[in-house]
Amino acid sequence: MSNIVLETKDLSFLYSKGTTSQVAAINDINVQIERGELVGVIGHTGSGKSTLIEHFNGILKPTSGSVFLDGNNIWQDKKGIRSVRFRVGVCFQYPEYQLFEDTVEKDVAFGPKNMGLSPKEIDLRVREALSFVGIDESYLEKSPFDLSGGEKRRVAIAGVMAMQPEVLVLDEPCAGLDPRGRDTVLSLIKSYKEKTGSTVIVVSHSMEDISRIATRILVMNESRLAYYDTVKGVFSHADELYSMGLDIPQYTRLFLLLKEAGYDVDTDIYTFEEAKRELLRLFGRRCRNAE
Amino acid sequence: MSSYIEFKNVTFGYQNEEGAVEKNVIESFDFSVEKGSFVAVLGHNGCGKSTIAKLCNGIEVPVSGKVYVDSLDTSDEEKLLDIRRRVGIVFQNPDNQIVATIVEDDVAFGPENLGIDPKEIRRRVDEALKNVGMYEFRQSEPHKLSGGQKQRVAIAGIIAMQPECIVLDEPTAMLDPRGRREVMKTVRRLNREFGITVIFITHYMDEAALADRVVVMDKGRIILDGAPKKVFSNAKILREAGLDVPQATELSIALSEAGILIPEDALSMDELFENIKTVLEDK
Repeated sequence: MSNIVLETKDLSFLYSKGTTSQVAAINDINVQIERGELVGVIGHTGSGKSTLIEHFNGILKPTSGSVFLDGNNIWQDKKGIRSVRFRVGVCFQYPEYQLFEDTVEKDVAFGPKNMGLSPKEIDLRVREALSFVGIDESYLEKSPFDLSGGEKRRVAIAGVMAMQPEVLVLDEPCAGLDPRGRDTVLSLIKSYKEKTGSTVIVVSHSMEDISRIATRILVMNESRLAYYDTVKGVFSHADELYSMGLDIPQYTRLFLLLKEAGYDVDTDIYTFEEAKRELLRLFGRRCRNAE
Repeated sequence: MSSYIEFKNVTFGYQNEEGAVEKNVIESFDFSVEKGSFVAVLGHNGCGKSTIAKLCNGIEVPVSGKVYVDSLDTSDEEKLLDIRRRVGIVFQNPDNQIVATIVEDDVAFGPENLGIDPKEIRRRVDEALKNVGMYEFRQSEPHKLSGGQKQRVAIAGIIAMQPECIVLDEPTAMLDPRGRREVMKTVRRLNREFGITVIFITHYMDEAALADRVVVMDKGRIILDGAPKKVFSNAKILREAGLDVPQATELSIALSEAGILIPEDALSMDELFENIKTVLEDK
């Protein structure tokens, strides 16, 4: 099996095709996503991020070009598209609004049930998915509507994880959460990826969140793919990102300021730990020089 | 009374289907906001922040206690129109706040409901759109705008009613980095140049750092209240409340704990950068 799990070739999607108001939501996207990556997707509002991910599991059908999952064109056989939706699980923005069952257990079981799995297997998957998102089994019989906002969000994410998709896609999983909720969701995504080895794709407006978890970053700009590169590669384009309405992580900005001021520092710094270490190195060296 | 908005011993809880209040969101709550100030309100999900917003212009009224806006009692229904003229609210999702199909019609909706003379409405709509930097989009269809632009249209719709106070409930939560920058710039300008009182509810510590005063809520109570530098010096209390300090502050504290003589209260990376330079140049 090739190491490429998801690939798009010359993928374009037009809204209102053939009318005077025809617009390209995504234009000529060529990207190859390797198995086991944690891909962060960034781009301004309306850049085509959501349209792109809605092609990954066949919610949208390309106007032209193709999407390949494990090397197979997902639209080759129209009947196969249903299984593609189980293999690429998409968790939409504010997924807690899609909770509908009267217990947490039933809600998380909804996906696996539709896959036609045995009750035993469903039960196993529900418990596993809830453990991935840090929801205790004592919640199984609770109504999802009695949970806190952060808990509801995690139950909704568990519902997609329970399908054990090869590719898990999360659209703005941290939107509207407070700092602790945000930390919890980010670390559960990271540990899910590490435990299962699945490919995970996360769409976010937060450069901070993306830099904390992603192994690669995909940047959309005005319907086109601007970059698909390592975290370091993408955030080395500070000026370009800014003009695309995006930004670089705050820590990275501090080190760019220091570099511009003539200090010898690394600029590929994205996390608190990295920033602290690099600053202590800078101060330490100065202290020794002064002695 | 010098406070513009005043909560006096307010208790509030949402009613269930039977009309009974199951749990109080806030209890014996006192809070006041000075005229012309810019107050940020922080707190974890479910701590009562949005309830405060809704109590500020009579969308909700206290179960007991009083909320006064410019000395008007929000539980007095006859005063409601006067109160809503004074305090406008901007919510999180711009898509839920836009009612018309053309930007300028949307901005005119509020003043029209206040029964203002059409000529005056025209003038206010133009002025409001200029103030948020959306005048050139006045003939656009709102759904074709970006999130930040829509949110600025929503703000224009509020300022066209010429309120004395604007309450913004997580207005940047759904926006991209540019949208966040645009909204923050607009809100600060309305406060500084026009003296509009601002209550800004957010989950972003760096946005709160731009306010004159930061109020931190936990379980329906105020646990910290003061200038940003003072509030963010309480990293431990903030973390216990599910919050955080700005990244620049966190880094400053870590450097200081490692023995480097650097102020612990930098609120932005620019400030920390200047502090680092000062320390290094002194050597």
